[in-house]
Amino acid sequence: MQELTPPQVTDMLRAVAQAVIDKTDVLTDADLATGDGDHGIGMRRGCEAALDALGPDLSIEDAFKKTGMAIMSKTGGAAGAVFGTFFRGGAGVFADSGSLNAGKFRDFLAQSCAAVSKRGGVEEGAKTMVDAVMPAFRAAAKETGDDLREVFAAAEQGALDGVEASKAMIATTGKARSLGERSIGHPDPGAISVSIILGAMKSYVSGL
Amino acid sequence: MTHAPKKLLNDTRNVVTEMLDGLALANDGLVERIAGKDILIRTDLPDSKVTLLIGGGSGHEPLFHGFVGYNLGDAAACGQVFAAPSPDIIFDAAMAAHRGKGVLFLYGNYAGDNMNFDIAAELLAEEGIDVRTVRVNDDVAAAPPERADDRRGIAGDIYAIKVAGGAAATCQTLDEVERIARKAVGNLRSMGVAVAAGSIPETGKLTFELADDEIEVGMGAHGEAGIAKQKLVSADEVVDQLMDRILTDMPLGKGDEIAILINNLGATTMMEMLIVNRRVRQILEGQGVKVYRSDVGTYLTVQEMAGLSITVMKLDDELKQYLDMPARSVGFSNM
Repeated sequence: MQELTPPQVTDMLRAVAQAVIDKTDVLTDADLATGDGDHGIGMRRGCEAALDALGPDLSIEDAFKKTGMAIMSKTGGAAGAVFGTFFRGGAGVFADSGSLNAGKFRDFLAQSCAAVSKRGGVEEGAKTMVDAVMPAFRAAAKETGDDLREVFAAAEQGALDGVEASKAMIATTGKARSLGERSIGHPDPGAISVSIILGAMKSYVSGL
Repeated sequence: MTHAPKKLLNDTRNVVTEMLDGLALANDGLVERIAGKDILIRTDLPDSKVTLLIGGGSGHEPLFHGFVGYNLGDAAACGQVFAAPSPDIIFDAAMAAHRGKGVLFLYGNYAGDNMNFDIAAELLAEEGIDVRTVRVNDDVAAAPPERADDRRGIAGDIYAIKVAGGAAATCQTLDEVERIARKAVGNLRSMGVAVAAGSIPETGKLTFELADDEIEVGMGAHGEAGIAKQKLVSADEVVDQLMDRILTDMPLGKGDEIAILINNLGATTMMEMLIVNRRVRQILEGQGVKVYRSDVGTYLTVQEMAGLSITVMKLDDELKQYLDMPARSVGFSNM
């Protein structure tokens, strides 16, 4: 699998939104451990709006942008801002692209990572979704082949490694910050969401 | 915790919109909800004034949206329960309330609020609207003084809105309103204690766990961890702990005048609140501090969380003037 057509990208993003919705309870429980427990319902609201927004005949750029805008508008909170930025931040690399290939997806991750990091004002190690996005980006960048399945799989694995690594981190931003050392042992819920998103992309491509 | 706490609700996904409809109506025509949007706005906005836009996550009623009214907030952008409003809600609220003299954003210092209000400010700048931002960061338990920028905003929001609302009603420039709001925030210190947790309606789950004989001193307004979980002790001992922390952060002495606000986090009895107020006053009198004004009540809640917070604002003549101005809203009224 070397490239996705615009309708396939829209389908993939719908699968991503549905995967997040299906994991609402997992995200709620993860957030209850370190935050106030609204991450699951917030992401569900945003992803339901994304499903509504992902209509037919969208360009690849517009499909990513609409997903990002829906999440930013309807999720609210810090999650809405950073996950909305994740989908929107790199959408520009698909401008005038008739297909999504491995190179473009790596470029997308690079730009989205930079945008998320800037918007959140955090670097790696603060126990946030950035701790999944950055290793996902690096893992995808290392996978230099053209096979989309392998690039998505690498990205998902990078995110999962990030989720695992986040357990040992002490939260230094967001509502979990005040937990300090008590946040150790719990993965960051935003990082889990990143792994769900990238995992759904991999599953979609694997199913083609 | 095996069952959702008992609440009188309808579809839990609609709690915010149903609440806002009810809140708008409770203002007897002085405030309305913008149709289809989670925005409350005054109906009697003058044609020309500096706009004070407040907002944040819902679930803390009456904060923030309950403080939209005469000489208070001009409009509020409302998020879902405990979640910051999205940039488009903030943008739309600011556009609706703008009366030609710029907009002051005044809200609590949380990562989500900061990001969403900043995005909205960028969008408004593209429309040529002058926006300034003042973040309330009064919670001394959240971070040490050298990292005051990391402190959360808690019940200090109320005095900040009262002062900024008065300034926005009378000052001619956004610069001046921003300066006064910033002074108010700089003079605010708060700290809270939680006795029992609250829950988010949509999940039906308590936001944290406390044993029957435990309290959490310094608890944040969403169940963020405080300084320490400890065994339940007497009211006076808890007040001594809170006031010690506040007064270490902002030393006060003879000749200083302050306003104090004792805030009920939701489920604490008025009896406990007044017992606490009595101890707060004993401590302040012991230090020769003059209390110019006191407010004891329910202003910032965390659903059914039990507990309270103490807020101190150090005053000067200018802050007193704005604090004294008449005001009317569901959350706060001054005769």
